[in-house]
Amino acid sequence: MKIGAPKELAKGEARVALTPESALQLQKLGHDCFIEAGAGTLAGFDDQAYRDAGVSVVEGAESLWQTVDTVIKVREPSDAETQHLREGQTLISFFWPGQNEALLEKCKAQGATVMAMDMVPRISRAQKMDALSSMANIAGYRSVIEAGNNFGRFFTGQVTAAGKVPPAKVLVIGAGVAGLSAIGTATSLGAVVRAFDVRPEVAEQIESMGAEFLFLDFEDSQDGAETGGYASPSSPEFREKQLECFREQAPDIDIVITTALIPGKPAPKLWLEDMVKAMKPGSVIIDLAAEKGGNCDLTKPDERVVSDNGVVVVGYTDFPSRMATQASLLYATNVRHMLTDLTPEKDGQIVHDMEDDVIRGATVTHQGEITFPPPPPKVKAIAAAKPKPKEKEPTPEEKKAAELATFKAQTKRQATLLGVGGAIMLLLGQVAPASFMQHFIVFALACFVGFQVIWNVSHSLHTPLMAVTNAISGIIILGAVLQIGSGSGVVTLMASISVLIATINIVGGFLVTRRMLAMFQKS
Amino acid sequence: MLSQGFVSAAAIAASVLFILSLGGLSNQEKAKRAVWYGIVGMAVGVFFTAFGPGIGAYGWMIPMMVIGAGIGVYVAKKVDMTEMPQLVAALHSFVGLAAVFVGWSADLERRRVMAARAVEAGTEQFSAFAALVATKAPDELMFLQIEVVLGVFIGAVTFTGSVVAFGKLAGKVDGKAKQLPGGHALNAGAAALSLLLAILYISGAGFWTLLLIALLAFFIGYHLIMGIGGADMPVVVSMLNSYSGWAAAAIGFTLSNDLLIVTGALVGSSGAILSYIMCKAMNRNFVSVILGGFGGSQGPAAEIEGEQIAIDAGGVASALNDADSVVIVPGYGMAVAQAQNAVSELTRKLRASGKNVRFGIHPVAGRLPGHMNVLLAEAKVPYDIVLEMDEINDDLASTDVVIVIGSNDIVNPAAEDDPNSPIAGMPVLKVWEAKQVFVCKRGQGTGYSGIENPLFFKENTRMFYGDAKGSIESLLPQID
Repeated sequence: MKIGAPKELAKGEARVALTPESALQLQKLGHDCFIEAGAGTLAGFDDQAYRDAGVSVVEGAESLWQTVDTVIKVREPSDAETQHLREGQTLISFFWPGQNEALLEKCKAQGATVMAMDMVPRISRAQKMDALSSMANIAGYRSVIEAGNNFGRFFTGQVTAAGKVPPAKVLVIGAGVAGLSAIGTATSLGAVVRAFDVRPEVAEQIESMGAEFLFLDFEDSQDGAETGGYASPSSPEFREKQLECFREQAPDIDIVITTALIPGKPAPKLWLEDMVKAMKPGSVIIDLAAEKGGNCDLTKPDERVVSDNGVVVVGYTDFPSRMATQASLLYATNVRHMLTDLTPEKDGQIVHDMEDDVIRGATVTHQGEITFPPPPPKVKAIAAAKPKPKEKEPTPEEKKAAELATFKAQTKRQATLLGVGGAIMLLLGQVAPASFMQHFIVFALACFVGFQVIWNVSHSLHTPLMAVTNAISGIIILGAVLQIGSGSGVVTLMASISVLIATINIVGGFLVTRRMLAMFQKS
Repeated sequence: MLSQGFVSAAAIAASVLFILSLGGLSNQEKAKRAVWYGIVGMAVGVFFTAFGPGIGAYGWMIPMMVIGAGIGVYVAKKVDMTEMPQLVAALHSFVGLAAVFVGWSADLERRRVMAARAVEAGTEQFSAFAALVATKAPDELMFLQIEVVLGVFIGAVTFTGSVVAFGKLAGKVDGKAKQLPGGHALNAGAAALSLLLAILYISGAGFWTLLLIALLAFFIGYHLIMGIGGADMPVVVSMLNSYSGWAAAAIGFTLSNDLLIVTGALVGSSGAILSYIMCKAMNRNFVSVILGGFGGSQGPAAEIEGEQIAIDAGGVASALNDADSVVIVPGYGMAVAQAQNAVSELTRKLRASGKNVRFGIHPVAGRLPGHMNVLLAEAKVPYDIVLEMDEINDDLASTDVVIVIGSNDIVNPAAEDDPNSPIAGMPVLKVWEAKQVFVCKRGQGTGYSGIENPLFFKENTRMFYGDAKGSIESLLPQID
């Protein structure tokens, strides 16, 4: 199959869907690779680099579209590009079929198969082709860098000879891939990071990245598992509580990064005008949801605006494209993985298996029909979170009471045990001969000493303990020794055997213990 | 000949030494001295008893001791550390058998004395133990009989039980829980019959009753341990350890020997505590372990969604190279695959590149209490990085990589999440809280207890299939 990437036409788009690296891998699958001349220049890959990787460089978009069987792109096709599509041709790109119905119709009319990289289902197996996550990761990273660019102070706190520098305080709203990536980047720059998300189950992920989770105590919090890990709109009460929490944070925070998106809906307004007013001059807001209307009231898509009180609001929508080399490398790898799945035999033949969850999910038009939206995948993305019973922190009084209760219970148990034990001794003393009772006292004391001593044995020495007790249980040899001198032949024989096996036990047990203990050594 | 005074003094000295020996096992450094206390105690006890008044028959005794010592040295030198559980079980069986023999002999001696008394012959003809019996009053003889029955019964159960445990641990007997039709009713019947025979014996029936009791006890020991599954072996071994002690104590009563009583009681209580600790570690009731099989679960186990994702050595190695902190959780699988040296080498390499490597040991990992510690020590893993479950559980959340080698139930999150799981409530190592978990495992099976493990389906878990030793060795060249 011939696979080719045209130059992206969208304004400001610097990414490219094929890199020399991914081309090498695709050729291993038996495909031939083509690229439009100059397509990779903005991403830092010149035509020569492609030629060195065995890619045919084609002049002009039109000839490329005509040459290849499979077109790989970053952005959804423009109207002009749609005209190039022909029957039997496959297009792989971001497509947003939910928002681009007209485009979908057009592609269907052309008879082409379209696979939307944004429709790859969120299951473990498909993670390697999850281009949304790759791009979100870059956006998150870049948002922190962009914030640093607009922020007049250090991220990290320092005490220098020239004075003390407090650390920057960063608030990340929405802990999806972009949010987590932003948290990671900001913490590694040394900032103090707080993060918020409507899905309480991500608290663990937030904390694992080194940020503090702003916890909202609210009854019907969302379970993201039902929606494949995405957020859904929240109730008005919840929203109120959430905004209250943000309002509290606003005067304290230096940098806000908002990443809150709800699939198929405009971005929720979470950072209102009054919160911007409450912030210190020189603070920075990076709105990663700008393309969908923005999370902040002041956001203007693709612009950097400064509020009346000197807060910078950045609403760029092309963060991944601002890091075109990295973005292209990751995106091309995602596309390459998709093509690997489409070429199961590695023989250059594309097999469009509509039974496969991933391929089925990503395909939006196929054989002249619209196949969007796909049926739900057979494998659920995330197991449903089980509600965790909340443990109440006991008050000091309760703690005290509990301690007292356990102490009382222990006293009671010990007293009962002593009482019962004493009674048994007394009863036994009534019937047993005096000589027996003497031995019995020894026995009881030995048991008691044993119990006291063994509790202190270290856990890691339990095997040596068993070996030692095993060796000294060979003391049974004394019984045999005491009997061996008997006049009776049978007794002597049995006693001899007993001496023999008890000696094996003693010697074997002690030697093995010594061997074991000699092995324990300090580092 | 040494006087009785010497013998008694020696018995006191030996008892004290034994207590010091057990108490000394509280840490690794003291433990090395503690063994010597035990050895000296044993030497003192045996020497002074053997050369005490009225022993004799040295022509039998000394050769037997020499031969026994020879075999003991040979076995101790030859045995592999992975075979420790079998060895301990086998040695227990010796104590049990010796107790049975000594019990029988004691009864034979008693009969001889009784016979002599019946014809009113003098007691001068008796030597050794018989001479002691001859001095006893009738009520003391009655108690002697009770003690003999107890000693023989416990000894016999210990003997066959240990033999079966040895077979299971050595893989010579199938490790699964198996019972004859009739199950515990059969055991209960045998026990009831033994009790009946014991009453007959005490009221004067012949030596055959004692033989039958031993046979029945042999059966009980065999059947009881056959019915216990491989995963419960740590409890079984420590329980048999305890039994061997109680058998020795019972014989001590029979022979009126305080040293035997003290030592038997020490060993018995030590085994009992170990069994208790093991049961607690599995959140199991001691009775339910002994009666075999897991207690009835209250409903269907929660279904597991997701898939097990495999990874190759390259992936594991690169994750290890990137990690700062690594925790290794070994289980019985490591012992089976003899992977401890490879693991040790891996540890050494990772530590050499400045990573914080630690081991998390669950109390019931392996087939013997403390099994993993011994294996890791053999492979020269320093003991101060080998930590207990409670010491490491809180740190797991901040750990980069956890490698689970051949363990299953002890890292099963179902114990915490799923109240219907057969192991619900058992304390486990929370490895799933780490950033990444690699499970080194032979195949997709469910392991000894047959419980499905949701850990394998978690998002941060990758399955590293293959023989543990081979897998870890394939990692070594890729660690820088």
